[in-house]
Amino acid sequence: MTNAALTTENLAVTYTGNREVEAVKGVSLEFPENELTAIIGPSGCGKSTLLKSLNRLHEIQPNVEITGDVTLGGRSVYDTDEPVPELRKRIGYVPQKPTALPLSIYENVAYGLRIHGECESKAELDDRVESYLRKVNLWEEVEDRLDTPGAELSTGQIQRLCLARSLAVEPDVLLCDEVTSALDPISADQVEKTLESLKAEYTIVAVTHSMDQAKRLADEVVFLYLGELVEANDVRSFFENPQNERTREFVDGSRPVEDDDDSNSDSEPTTASVSPGR
Amino acid sequence: MDRYTEQRLFGALARASAALVVAVMVLVVAVTIVRGGIVFLTDPAIAITPPGSRYMLEGDGGFLHAVLGSIFIVGPATVVSMILAVSTAIYLQSDYSSERFSEVVNMFLNVLWGTPPIVYGVFVLTVIIAIGARTSLFFGIVAIAIFQYPIMTRYTDEALRSAPDTVKEATYGLGATRFETALMTLRAALPGIIAGIIMGFARGVGDAATVLFTAGRSTNMPGGPFEPATTLPVLIFDQAMSFNAEVRSHAYAASFVLIIVVLGLIVVSKLLAGRYARYTPGGRHS
Amino acid sequence: MGESMESQESNARGGRLGRRLRIERLSSYWLGGAGYFAIGLFVLIVMSLVYQSLPLLSEYSVVQMLTSSNWDPAQNEFGFMPAIVGTIYVTALSMLMGTPIAILAAIYLAEYAEGRLKTLVSSFIDVLAAIPSVIFGLVALIVVVPFVGNYLAPAVGSSATGLGIFTVSLVMAIVVTPFMISLSVESLEALPDELRETSLGVGATKWETIKLVLLRAAGPGIFSAILLGFGRVFGATIVPAMLIGGQTHVPSSPFATGQTLPTLIVNDFGELMSLPLTQSALIFVGLMLVVVVWLFNFAAMLVRRRLQRRWQY
Repeated sequence: MTNAALTTENLAVTYTGNREVEAVKGVSLEFPENELTAIIGPSGCGKSTLLKSLNRLHEIQPNVEITGDVTLGGRSVYDTDEPVPELRKRIGYVPQKPTALPLSIYENVAYGLRIHGECESKAELDDRVESYLRKVNLWEEVEDRLDTPGAELSTGQIQRLCLARSLAVEPDVLLCDEVTSALDPISADQVEKTLESLKAEYTIVAVTHSMDQAKRLADEVVFLYLGELVEANDVRSFFENPQNERTREFVDGSRPVEDDDDSNSDSEPTTASVSPGR
Repeated sequence: MDRYTEQRLFGALARASAALVVAVMVLVVAVTIVRGGIVFLTDPAIAITPPGSRYMLEGDGGFLHAVLGSIFIVGPATVVSMILAVSTAIYLQSDYSSERFSEVVNMFLNVLWGTPPIVYGVFVLTVIIAIGARTSLFFGIVAIAIFQYPIMTRYTDEALRSAPDTVKEATYGLGATRFETALMTLRAALPGIIAGIIMGFARGVGDAATVLFTAGRSTNMPGGPFEPATTLPVLIFDQAMSFNAEVRSHAYAASFVLIIVVLGLIVVSKLLAGRYARYTPGGRHS
Repeated sequence: MGESMESQESNARGGRLGRRLRIERLSSYWLGGAGYFAIGLFVLIVMSLVYQSLPLLSEYSVVQMLTSSNWDPAQNEFGFMPAIVGTIYVTALSMLMGTPIAILAAIYLAEYAEGRLKTLVSSFIDVLAAIPSVIFGLVALIVVVPFVGNYLAPAVGSSATGLGIFTVSLVMAIVVTPFMISLSVESLEALPDELRETSLGVGATKWETIKLVLLRAAGPGIFSAILLGFGRVFGATIVPAMLIGGQTHVPSSPFATGQTLPTLIVNDFGELMSLPLTQSALIFVGLMLVVVVWLFNFAAMLVRRRLQRRWQY
């Protein structure tokens, strides 16, 4: 019953600034519906770039070129007449740094609903805000100060606020960029629990730098190294029985990351499919 | 209105606004350079010819007096103001002042920065009245120096703050005194400071309101520090109001000289600031 | 710190270290003096202006002078109303014309322009900011004045020479716009990219992101920029003196001639300075300018703090 919500076909992203860097090199992947796929790999290996190219968020930077394609529910994300904002409504993004918009707590959650004109009445809006704040386990902590600036919350609370804001527009896919890396362990734990509770309902793609977190949270794991896809598998197989030598080394943590670009260009497959056995 | 229409509309408005501002700037510079250039280039000697006895009435002679007045007033004023501004900026760094003190001083600097130049003119005038002196080149220098002081202090302060901390640490680590360290930080921030001083110089060269009541609006060659003098902007102001067409046309020639000088200074300042931003780690990015 | 320095100094008196410490001590006196210079200068300006305004203030009541529209120094009539109204007119009109253009152009520079075009446009704006105001006045005399006098004023059914409130406001809007642009660009560019990503990430359009998020987050900075522009128009001297027509009456329309507080000083300086009361009156105008600018700076600081709290991110 493989049901891929989001797929990439030979996706390549190149930065064409002062010096040309190919950050993602021809990656083909399938992200299964209602599962959490973790993208792991050493820093600077193109994880964030891959994630942002899934909803065209890299386009806000100048000098980025992209080839290949991303499809959501069978429809191309790049080759389409649909305005990009509509696309990003269906593929939401939560940034690495907990970022409150310069609005009140209430308005932070209502922001997406308002711009998309989702709610007819104030009561409906109230309901939606409350239900999404509950969904990320933030309601009890903020219900009596919904009018205070979002930025006055703790960073852990802000990150859950960000999740609520992204969820409120009811995306099909949620992209999370190392959402716990800027948090203290306790807040990180709370956000992780929230993600855990969400993954049954949403297709989540989460970049993480923590192997343990991937192990705890993910259904599927994608390993990226220097912009190339090394291995993609379900979480059990990935950690217990890695197919690829480099994955094994990375999982074991036995080898420090090196910048040997040439050594991995011969044998590694650059395309793979998540969980081919299912 | 559909949100995508709104998006396109305001995107276009933003572009149009920027285009408008650029167009206005091109117009102003072009009119000054073309109109002034024609007058100036048919007789470039007017910039180095002393004014005749009825210059403001009939335009005999040239406006050397204002060129010299600008040099003799803005030059010394810049030096005085620079010394004061650099000293103030050093004192505002954390080695000398508490955060609170520099906050308070910065508040006053902001107020001075926003004070209209004419107020400095009137202030120096009150001093002239109080000591029973008369308007002269010297008081022009004082007024311009006061006008430049907050501008230069702000640029210098900014440059010093973005100098790398490692310079300070390294110098203190060698057993340097506070003053010796300050000198080293000055060296590290030098391009930015020079850019700021040139900026202050350019503003001083272009300002008329401060000198109007303090230097004397003389129509003769400057005779000494305590004799009346005038500067190019004040001269242009007076010429433009003249009833004589010849004198009015001289205003454009004088503007041509003034705009060339000011634009040249700005270019030099920008080049220095750009260099500076590139070589300072964690400095301002543009 | 001073004390320990001194004892060290006495230990090493006469030596090289002694000399260095002496330089340290003397330099710190000088630098300290310079550190207080800004405060001293401000206090001195205010005191000096107040002191020399006293002759006027002891003869006439402030309220009466501020509300009287009869200005005739030769007859000892000091009504500031015409100049005050003129100043308010000019300031309001210029800000009305300049602010929207400045903010939109800043948005273009910070959010739309890229690469070489951006560098080009922003250096053009820097140049515009550096042009001396007397040159703006001069160019306006042959460009704006005929335009207003021959086309614009007749078009709205008003006859005018082209000199007057509207002309001054238009030119002052041009003078202050580049300042407001560069400060606004600075504060927009200082915003973290996460704000843009977050807003776009829930499906906002670029304009919605700018309007609802970035303009708020950069609000305190943009507010300061506008205020700086306000101060510059308010105290502008040369451009109004060249273009306002210099007639002391309460202006009846935007195309009428008039007077602003600074032009009052320029026009009556010289001939009337020999009369002590006139001299005092003109200095009192300078005092009013300082007080208003100072009040606005202070109010701006309070508002900025509020905005910073309200619109933090």
